[in-house]
Amino acid sequence: MELLWTLPLQNSEDSNLYGAHCAPRLASHLMRIVTVRRITQVFFLLLFIWFCVVTTIGVAWWQLRGWPVNWLLQLDPLVAVATMLSTQSLYWGLLWALVTVVLTIILGRFFCSWVCPFGTIHHFIGYLARRGKSVSARIALNKFHPAQHIKYYLLIFLLTAAAGSLLSNLLRVVPEKPVLFSAVVIFSLLGLAMLSLLRVIPDPKKALVTLLFLIGLWLGLGLLVPAAGLVAASLQTGLLDPIPLVHRSINLTLLPLAERISTSQRYYFGSWFIGAVFLTALLLNLRVPRFYCRFLCPLGALFGVLGAFSLWRIGAAESSTECSQCHLCDTDCEGACQPAENIRISECILCMNCMDSCPHNLVGYRTTTSEAGEIALPDLSRRVFLTSLVSGTVAIPIVRLEGLVGPNWQPSVIRPPGALAEPEFLGRCLKCGQCMRICPTNIIHPASLDSGLEGLWSPVLNFRIGTSGCQLNCIACSHICPTAAIRPISLDEKLGKGQFAQAGPIRMGTAFVDRGRCLPWAMDRPCIVCEENCPVSPKAIFTREYFSTVRGGAYRVLNIAGETLELGGPDLPQGQLATGDYYVMTTHGEKKHRWRIAQNTSTSVTVAASESLHAAPELESYISIQVKLQRPYVDPKLCIGCGICEHECPVSGKRAIRVTAENETRSPERSLLVRRS
Amino acid sequence: MNQRAQQHTTNRRDFLLRLLKGGIFIGAACSLSYWLYDAAGPGVVREVKDLVTLPDFSLPSLKGKMSIVTGGDRTEAIRRALDTMGGIETFIKKGDRVLLKVNAAFATPPILSATTNPQLVAEVAHLCYKAGASSVVVTDNPINDPASCFALTGIEEAATSAGAKVLVPKESFFQPTTVSAGVLIQNWPILWEPFQKINKVIGMAPVKDHHRSGASMIMKNWYGLLGGRRNIFHQDINTIITELAMMVKPTLVILDGTTAMMTNGPTGGSLSDLKQTNTMIVSTDQVAADAFGATLLGKTVADLLYIPRAESAGLGTADYEALSPVRVNVS
Repeated sequence: MELLWTLPLQNSEDSNLYGAHCAPRLASHLMRIVTVRRITQVFFLLLFIWFCVVTTIGVAWWQLRGWPVNWLLQLDPLVAVATMLSTQSLYWGLLWALVTVVLTIILGRFFCSWVCPFGTIHHFIGYLARRGKSVSARIALNKFHPAQHIKYYLLIFLLTAAAGSLLSNLLRVVPEKPVLFSAVVIFSLLGLAMLSLLRVIPDPKKALVTLLFLIGLWLGLGLLVPAAGLVAASLQTGLLDPIPLVHRSINLTLLPLAERISTSQRYYFGSWFIGAVFLTALLLNLRVPRFYCRFLCPLGALFGVLGAFSLWRIGAAESSTECSQCHLCDTDCEGACQPAENIRISECILCMNCMDSCPHNLVGYRTTTSEAGEIALPDLSRRVFLTSLVSGTVAIPIVRLEGLVGPNWQPSVIRPPGALAEPEFLGRCLKCGQCMRICPTNIIHPASLDSGLEGLWSPVLNFRIGTSGCQLNCIACSHICPTAAIRPISLDEKLGKGQFAQAGPIRMGTAFVDRGRCLPWAMDRPCIVCEENCPVSPKAIFTREYFSTVRGGAYRVLNIAGETLELGGPDLPQGQLATGDYYVMTTHGEKKHRWRIAQNTSTSVTVAASESLHAAPELESYISIQVKLQRPYVDPKLCIGCGICEHECPVSGKRAIRVTAENETRSPERSLLVRRS
Repeated sequence: MNQRAQQHTTNRRDFLLRLLKGGIFIGAACSLSYWLYDAAGPGVVREVKDLVTLPDFSLPSLKGKMSIVTGGDRTEAIRRALDTMGGIETFIKKGDRVLLKVNAAFATPPILSATTNPQLVAEVAHLCYKAGASSVVVTDNPINDPASCFALTGIEEAATSAGAKVLVPKESFFQPTTVSAGVLIQNWPILWEPFQKINKVIGMAPVKDHHRSGASMIMKNWYGLLGGRRNIFHQDINTIITELAMMVKPTLVILDGTTAMMTNGPTGGSLSDLKQTNTMIVSTDQVAADAFGATLLGKTVADLLYIPRAESAGLGTADYEALSPVRVNVS
């Protein structure tokens, strides 16, 4: 690798080493730097796709075998930074982001055009789109555009939204710790006075006004804004962060189309929207190369800031006076960072195309700043910066006024087992779709707006789609979650065994029988498929026996011969009372007798031989034809909300037994039952 | 002006050319419309796939054989049971292609006995190969997620280690069938693909409590061959089980009553639902096997209506003693 770097540097310091005449000979032996970049890009793209493919449980060679399938998500520093803001902690795997951060500080924004799989896809489509275009047209396409600052504002917006809990803590100081608040105010005023006296601050009057304004704002908001849940951390970076975005898109829209690489056809409710966003992002490359990267990508913005003062950077060499201003370096510039002029370091994604295309070998990757001058940081407008900051601060509280995290929580939002309580969950969930891909039963789906705008694409369970309910012995989703929004649980904890016996199993919700749709409840038909499939022991679904007189079921006894009764009344359905579920009932005063029907014609029934007619009905008396039903009931104490009953219910449209989130373990306030210690 | 003049000179030729092109398009549009013209609209008849019928896998010369072995070791018990019938060679000949229909309905570990015991599967597959079978296929259409079921029940690993092939059902494996003497299984999808080229079928099921039908044993286990939304048949459970027994005529059935699920069936879920009943039943009569199995659950034939119904349908005998079963104790 060391050698590979030397070629582009031949016109800088290293040129002395090799001498100008050596350069062409070297070039034939060494790989061009852009070739190295392309190989790296293809490698990471294939690695990423491989990780997506293997995120499946099974025994085939291409299924999960301890591959670090979250590795790219963990390398993504926006995930790490945003969750650090929202949770004030760094979940173990996200420590990988430190590697990226350190490398970015040393090398610059390398991730975008060397690692990022989304970037690679854009890069390739952009390349295809500009093929055949004239050099001048391509130069025009790669001109810097002020709209490239949008991504920084988006980053600020998203990070401020993630920092909601920090803000909440700050506001709470005012009413809850007035002494601390007063101390901070006094010390900051004293500090200001001191600094003014020492003449460190040029304009003490202006500084004092600003300080008093900030204190007033803090005091006012602290007293006015209630602490309850509205001002809270909400992780929304995943909407635009390229790594979660591309994971989500591949997992939920592309891989399900390739049915052969899954054991059964996977469906994802609402995946069209994810696909539309993905496709739009890709198609925008036809307009401007790397449109997404240049204008929208918040991760790119973060790298832009981190890499602004990187040790190595692209720039024109000492001999830049030789630059003929041909702008050929702009021809394939991926970042639109104007390498020929004041290079914008924060926009440069180190595609190295400029070094390749400069006919005079003037552009290099070196430790010194560009001779042609450079702009390290993006020149953001203070006004827009503040607007983003304020918008990010107020967006989440306004969204939460819907009450979906509070009293208006939606019972249809059933989270996977191990999911944190909703406020904490929303502070961690990346919407990356890894849990949706790994779920062996395909019951985890991207939420629409059920859990609010903030919960878009977060995981919810759907028991109609998929191959079963939540499998009792499966904890895959909780172990794949890269941010512990679904925290890693053990099987013992899920099933309430061992040390968790006291706490009981993890409940995702509770099943409710819809008596208006249930066959035994509403339609006089035996069924109890739900009871049969309830996987817990003892079963959470139990039945009560009920004899229901069938429609028009009163008949007059015309004749009795052995076990056969001839009946007067409407025609009986030929043979259909012989299923073992139908009975003849007689009433003798208060006493009821029932005989199981073994056979029937349209005018007679024969009861089973073993059921002697000892209290035989009298001639001309009336009997009833009854069906024995086992009607299902749910014991909320035992139901874990796994949804297997809902999945199996033969009422295949709107199921007659359905799980909703009541009584879920993660929200004690939604408990159905009185809790006794 | 000049151009216009030129156009004038070529006008006729241009027009004829355009006329020709237009004519071709008009002609194409008309023919396409004529070709695709549909005066009636879609009718009521739906496309019906060709029906398939499972062949009779039973061996007429071996009717009514039964062996009941008591003992706690499944491997030992199945070997002895087969020995009393002349060894598995009586049923499986050289070059036979055998299908083992196991019960893999639930994604639960084998210790909970809700599914066919994996050791038993391995042993039977092994014996089949020893008798010269050319292939052994293990299949079921489970209730829980199929892949999870075969993995967690241990059946996949056991079968594969014995050299048998596990076929996890896919949409394309199903074909409709009709049981001619029945009323429920009419043009209903069954797990057909695994039966391709098969000439021997062995049904293998555990003895389990079942709330709706009373017990789930050999005959109920054929439910796992049905596809579609088969749960609707629970409305008439005794009829569907009888029809399933009509549909499948196995070479041999193995009813594993080593550990019976006494309560909370058919899922179980707790060791307290189980009881050691230490019995292995091997028979060529599935009705007799179930009739005996009922006794392990403390039930009688009269409690399980599908048994007398299957008997009266001529599928076997509920009076298993009439078959003079060989009784052996290996414990």
